[in-house]
Amino acid sequence: MNNSATNDKNIKDQKQHKVHDPLFQIVKRDGMEWYKALGIRLGAILIALVVCALVLVLLTNMLGTPYNPIKIYKTMFDGAFGSARKTWVTMQDVAMLLCVSLAVTPAFKMKFWNIGAEGQTLIGGLCAAICMRYLGPALPDFLTIPIMAVACIISGALWAIIPAFFKAKFNTNETLFTLMLNYVAMQIIRIFIAIWVPTGSGVLSRIDNAHLPILFGQKQLLNILVVAILTVIMYIYMRYSKQGYEISVVGESENTAKYIGINVKKVIIRTMAISGAVCGIAGLLLVAGRDYTVSAATAGGMGFTAIMVSWLAKFNPFVMPLTSFLIVFLERGASEMASRLRLNESISDVVTGIIIFFIIGCEFFVNYKILFRHSKHNKEV
Amino acid sequence: MKKILSIAVVLAMLLSAVAVFTSCGKTEEGAQDEVVREAVAKEDIKVGFIFLHDENSTYDKNFIDAAVAATEKLGLTEEQVIFKVNVPEGTECYDAAAELADDGCDLIFADSFGHEDFMIEAAKEFPEVVFCHATGTKAHTENLANFYNAFASIYEGRYLVGVAAGLKLNEMIENGDITAEEAKIGYVGAHPYAEVKSGYTSFFLGARSVCPTATMDVKFTNSWFDIALEKEAANALINDGCVLISQHADSEGAPKACEEAGVPNVAYNLDTIMWGPNTALVSSKINWAPYFEHIINAVINGTAIEQDYCYGLEEGSVEILGLNEKVAAEGTVEKLEEVKAALIAGDIKVFDTATFTVNGETLDSYMADVDSDAAFTADTEVISDGYFHESEYRSAPYFDIDIDGINLK
Repeated sequence: MNNSATNDKNIKDQKQHKVHDPLFQIVKRDGMEWYKALGIRLGAILIALVVCALVLVLLTNMLGTPYNPIKIYKTMFDGAFGSARKTWVTMQDVAMLLCVSLAVTPAFKMKFWNIGAEGQTLIGGLCAAICMRYLGPALPDFLTIPIMAVACIISGALWAIIPAFFKAKFNTNETLFTLMLNYVAMQIIRIFIAIWVPTGSGVLSRIDNAHLPILFGQKQLLNILVVAILTVIMYIYMRYSKQGYEISVVGESENTAKYIGINVKKVIIRTMAISGAVCGIAGLLLVAGRDYTVSAATAGGMGFTAIMVSWLAKFNPFVMPLTSFLIVFLERGASEMASRLRLNESISDVVTGIIIFFIIGCEFFVNYKILFRHSKHNKEV
Repeated sequence: MKKILSIAVVLAMLLSAVAVFTSCGKTEEGAQDEVVREAVAKEDIKVGFIFLHDENSTYDKNFIDAAVAATEKLGLTEEQVIFKVNVPEGTECYDAAAELADDGCDLIFADSFGHEDFMIEAAKEFPEVVFCHATGTKAHTENLANFYNAFASIYEGRYLVGVAAGLKLNEMIENGDITAEEAKIGYVGAHPYAEVKSGYTSFFLGARSVCPTATMDVKFTNSWFDIALEKEAANALINDGCVLISQHADSEGAPKACEEAGVPNVAYNLDTIMWGPNTALVSSKINWAPYFEHIINAVINGTAIEQDYCYGLEEGSVEILGLNEKVAAEGTVEKLEEVKAALIAGDIKVFDTATFTVNGETLDSYMADVDSDAAFTADTEVISDGYFHESEYRSAPYFDIDIDGINLK
């Protein structure tokens, strides 16, 4: 009894002593006008460009080949839009990255950390290659292509259902599980290539059957259109469908979901199946619409980059084309910079890193405000 | 009249056959002077290079260094030479090649095996641009007027460094470090692919030509570049009793493992003395500079380009470098000079069928898969006159025989 009384007294003392405010406090904003948020983001990009310019001038001077940063930025822009061909390729890259980003979005919204999009895409791509190789010569294209599409979607979905099932049944860690399945998928592709190519070169030649149709003589167009349609469908699904709502409830609180009678296990497996199916479509587009061959590098790390695209867009499918474009623009611009100016590719990675750092960093200022001691004091007075 | 005509036709066919036959050899001086394309002024020529990685990869560094050396030697300005680095073996390669062609390149090189199909795709689209692909196999079957393959007779270089390795083994036997039966070499291979098999077999035959009791264990990493795996493989071979290590994969993995274990190492594509001052013995490499120079000159002059370019020791395309006197056995320099001269003169054939057996028997016939096709059929007889004709029916190696004395692990 005595003890607790002194404790109470201590606390009271502490409260009375607490007259010093910290230097600043971080307070969550209630909401910000869209134009202010946009302003902060554009400002961040501008500051990032200035910082990059400083770094580039410093680095290139140190290396003994000074470059004007304006010239470097112009080269970056040329890398993405320097010619009609480059523009088309940029658009296609945006579309493919967007496709994988759309795929991971429902899973992330559900707080299921699917970092296995790379593997799901590769398995879809492998299925496309198998169909092109074995069905292509036997059936006409108008039969092969629909079969191939269905096979890709199902295989991608199955590859994603494996970790979802174990998560739902045994609560396994989905991050590790999906990550490891990426490597399994890569090795499966290597096994297939080793069987198909007995010379041991590890490179599968172009398969000349069952290519996706080329629209209006522009090879990239079909892929871009398919992804555009997918984006709209995904937006509607996430925003207006009952299933989309269930996903966000499960993501916010599993217990709430259980309480209101949502079958959480079913939602987890169903959502991952959708995630994997969209990855399967990405694999189909990559193999049958772009490369006409498959390798462990077909997805090129998009499964991981897509996570960033999806997060930056806050899981909004209509913002993702922008974030996807940003990443692709930086990548293509940076590689052009490395090629044209014979700067090491590492320098372009530095530039990309700085810009993305600022863009992610500015979200902090969109979501929080900082109150300094004196400004708060003034308010109180 | 008909008779005369047919005789004339037959004569013409015979003559052209003879012409084709005589121009098949390595030195086609006569054919090279013939102008087949519009010449390009040296000040106007634009050359594009496509590299799989950047200079952080030793494989690509070897190409990049050669490209810089060749273009500088020819006096081309920076505007005339465009490098594209980190181009994957996918559609990106076609896009890169097409972009280079859009930018006005007259000549485009690519350096990786997997680039080939995409280079061919671009070559078909841009018939006025010359496409040269190193390490590929399809030029002679695609038969495009503007697509060419290239390699180097690196098996001769491997044979030479093999001789150096054999001399080292002999020295170890004489010093009593090992018995003659313990002269086991370890080889870290990349993929079980003809290029790799041809490489380690020629290396082994070189070593055995001076150290008859030599045997060899080969371990594949199934990767072209993996530092950790290569080091691991080298260590496993050393633990297995290998007293000398060589490798196809060209990272620092194996040389460093050898330096730690104190085992002599024969490297590929670069001088590794910096990683193994006490164990690096010698290395062989392909120097692509003479090739780049030759092709750029051919485009400038509008002269014919060999469909399959394969030069060797004589032209400086294959080099021996980094002979470490601290490690090499006495008399190595003189012996290498002697063997090199014999190889150039043709007195020594690397794949002389008298020097190896397969399942205990001497080969007198072998069908190799020279023409790439989907079914990988063996299509060409490559053994005649008592030796295996490597890199003669196409530039890329096709020796893929497992010979006695080499154990695949």
